[in-house]
Amino acid sequence: MRRGILNQLFLLILLTGILPGAIAQVTIKGVVKDNKNTPVTGASITIKDSYDGTTTDSTGHYSFKTYEKGQQVLLVTSIGYKSSEQTIKLEGNSLTIDVVIRQEISELTAVVLSAGTFEASDRKRAAAVLDPIDIVTTASANGDITQALKTLPGAQQVGESEGLFVRGGTAAETKTFIDGTLVNNFFFSSVPNIAQFGRFSPFIFKGTVFSTGGYSALYGQALSSALILESIDLPEQTSANLGLSVLGGSLGYQHLSKNNKSSFGGSYSYTNLAPAFAVIKQRQDYSIVPNYHNADANFRIKTSKTGILKYYGYFSSNRLAFTVNSIDSLGYLDKFALSNTNHFHNLSWREYLPKKWRINAGLSYTNNKDDIRSAMQNNAGNEVLLTGLEAKTFNLAMNGNYFNAKLVLEKKFKGLSGIRFGTEYNFSKDQTDYTAFNGQLYPGSFKETISAVFAESDIYATNDLALKGGLRMEHSKYLDKFNLAPRFSLAYKLGKGSQASFAYGIFYQNPERRYLPSPNELSFMKAAHYILQYQKVLNQQSFRAEVFYKKYHNLVKTDFVGFSEAAVSTAGFGDASGIEFFWRDKKTIKNFDYWITYSYLDTKRDFLNFPFAITPNFAAKHNGSIVTKKFIQKIKTNFNLSYTYSSGRPYYNIRYDGSDYKFTDRGTIPDFHNVSFAINYLPSIGKKDAKSFAVYVLQVSNIFNLKQTYGFQYSFNGARKEPIVPTSRMFVYIGAFISFGIDRSNEVIDNGL
Amino acid sequence: MKKIILLAFTAILFQPVFSQSEKFIGAMKKNIAEIDSALSRNEVARLNDIAATFERIGDAEKNQWLPYYYAAYCQVTVAFIKNEVANNDVVADKVDQLIAKADALEKKNSELSLIKAMNTSLRMLVNPMQRWMQYGQKIQEYTQDAMTQDPTNPRPYYFNGVSLKSTPAEFGGGCGTAKPILDKAMELFATFKPASDLHPVWGKVVCEKEAAGCK
Repeated sequence: MRRGILNQLFLLILLTGILPGAIAQVTIKGVVKDNKNTPVTGASITIKDSYDGTTTDSTGHYSFKTYEKGQQVLLVTSIGYKSSEQTIKLEGNSLTIDVVIRQEISELTAVVLSAGTFEASDRKRAAAVLDPIDIVTTASANGDITQALKTLPGAQQVGESEGLFVRGGTAAETKTFIDGTLVNNFFFSSVPNIAQFGRFSPFIFKGTVFSTGGYSALYGQALSSALILESIDLPEQTSANLGLSVLGGSLGYQHLSKNNKSSFGGSYSYTNLAPAFAVIKQRQDYSIVPNYHNADANFRIKTSKTGILKYYGYFSSNRLAFTVNSIDSLGYLDKFALSNTNHFHNLSWREYLPKKWRINAGLSYTNNKDDIRSAMQNNAGNEVLLTGLEAKTFNLAMNGNYFNAKLVLEKKFKGLSGIRFGTEYNFSKDQTDYTAFNGQLYPGSFKETISAVFAESDIYATNDLALKGGLRMEHSKYLDKFNLAPRFSLAYKLGKGSQASFAYGIFYQNPERRYLPSPNELSFMKAAHYILQYQKVLNQQSFRAEVFYKKYHNLVKTDFVGFSEAAVSTAGFGDASGIEFFWRDKKTIKNFDYWITYSYLDTKRDFLNFPFAITPNFAAKHNGSIVTKKFIQKIKTNFNLSYTYSSGRPYYNIRYDGSDYKFTDRGTIPDFHNVSFAINYLPSIGKKDAKSFAVYVLQVSNIFNLKQTYGFQYSFNGARKEPIVPTSRMFVYIGAFISFGIDRSNEVIDNGL
Repeated sequence: MKKIILLAFTAILFQPVFSQSEKFIGAMKKNIAEIDSALSRNEVARLNDIAATFERIGDAEKNQWLPYYYAAYCQVTVAFIKNEVANNDVVADKVDQLIAKADALEKKNSELSLIKAMNTSLRMLVNPMQRWMQYGQKIQEYTQDAMTQDPTNPRPYYFNGVSLKSTPAEFGGGCGTAKPILDKAMELFATFKPASDLHPVWGKVVCEKEAAGCK
């Protein structure tokens, strides 16, 4: 019995010995803060591999009890932060453990290197300033990418020729890239005093980056601006579509393979302006109304889970011929005829490689043929040769072959930091055969190879500070020179949704092909950009203000060499400065979206045949636009109205008096105003299981029929001048687009929801 | 004395040393109940805590998918209640991680497919016009998956019905199209038998309310 009690006592001692260790709970408490000493709310604290833990309160404090003992790992996690692990010893005493967790640098929260760029894509998710859909639904854009971009600050409202004139730069100073590689003939071939449209449908692109300066070292040969377009990957589903409008018709088909790994497709469109011109009187008298056969083909193949190979091919054949009353000789007509064929092939491949490497490769080939006939005509329709005006009669046959290749390798480090480097190769061969009035042929051939290497690094120090540094080196075979272009940008987060950024860069470009070859030695044209930006993006509202200064060196100076204007030196110079504002609001009024922009530009340059530095005729001091979009659900209709304004641009008549280039006339054209309106009606919206979807479009440009003047042109002898005006004042476009199998109407209705 | 000691002994023995599954079942039941009480008292922050708890349980257990399922369900629910769409991508990234863990343990589960549909719908809400093309079809696919993987599961019908109800009638939504689907969900709720006490049963009460709101 005694032994039994002892035994029991022993047991008791044994048990009490175990007891504290077995059931005693230990309290662990503390505070969780981030590296800026701000308490983190809702962070999760766990003893690893146990159920024990808790989350922090609104002051970052936590406290919990655990039965665990000995050496354990305390794990702290929170969305948007890097997790933290630390070893703790649980020995029966309460512990106070304060933890610091670092913000995880992610695309969603980090600052954006945005100085000088407008991104229109979903990549930056909610931060995107403009969506691709915005481009299509801007009333004044007529479905043209660059027309839509003209409603953004930085671009001029130049109507007499195509292209983007950015911040005091010429249209040639803006280059376009598709999937990384240069596009040589982005627009239809130039016609005197009539701006041409871009060749490519906005629907083939999923992302648009419009840089008005300070862009990345991956791109070069553009003094002012880069338009970087990214083509779509696989389509959502197999579909066919049909389009019919006052301008022509189109047919297309896209096939998506059953395993969703590849697709192919193509489309054909025919555009003929005859019906439209029959109704809307044109200034020109057309003998061949502009007509276009355009076709494209594509395939896209997923080469792995993360890789894709894409091909896009484009073919176009188009013709036009017209006469206008000759400014040089009363009673006679000036004739212009153009026939163009163009084909463009773009092949690109992108793939993620092991160890966070990524490869982007692209090849493109373009062949562009222009046949231009210029002559004078009498009223009977016969070509005539007038003494003193023989130079107005000529044939110009141009055949351009362009080959571009680009390779970019990218390696990502922790967070968003990374490096990128690669090489670019641009080859061009232009054959230009000029046949003078007397049948004398002046053949011209020009070859150029520009090769480049570049490297760039993104450094995200924290979510609040990002830097990008880059260097680009180019070699031009024709100039026989190298250049070295540093680029730098920085962004700093100021508060929730607001940030400041800065960009600096040196940009080089070869003298324009049309002024080459030159009898003299030339160098690269050069521009330096300085851009300072403030941006605030909140839910559904964004504001940005940008100040810039741009300095031009080595601009081309021209003179007459034989028959044609050619570069004689690169001694030109210039500068541009300005301030720009952008405000967009989708929030204040329900189902109503608008943006307002204003740009101020002060620029002067001495280039081409300018006698001295002057404000060029393509630069208006004030530019502005208001774009509005309203979707009314009840009637399934989208109403878009836009207004663009630019103050009067200067115009000049510069003539050579035997020793110098002098002004014989100069002045300022009237202010430019344009109001355009578009209605999209989407009757099939929401019809469940509808097999086809239709979009009806009515677009009226210049609805108030305002008089618009783009500039002046002068007669050969300079005695007469005439305003350059649009081919017609108001223009009306009506069209219907039907697609089968896929609801494209969603692409067209705007941000109504 | 002996009895007392024995009692103490058993008490000590059993309190901290539950069998693993009992501990798991207990913790799960407790927290599943907590979801309901947090929802009924509209305590959104509490749901975040519960999500964290479920994630802890999942990480500790290593071979149970349900804790991750509930963690994801809580996160998605909080995002829908808060409706701060600009933040949805951050939450959806987190939910994707949780679903991936659950998916690795439980293949082709109807409930997980539904969470995927709900999470994709969070992403779409960030910018519906822009993202519809990308996510709209995905949402339908996941919802359809959920319906086929378990035809007795009422929740995919509930989610589909509620989504349609909040879509404007002009876009093919509204009560007209939503009502039959909500009714179907109610039918299924009446007969639905979860695979265990821990499997999801949520949705009936809200579904009833939503269906009643469509007369």
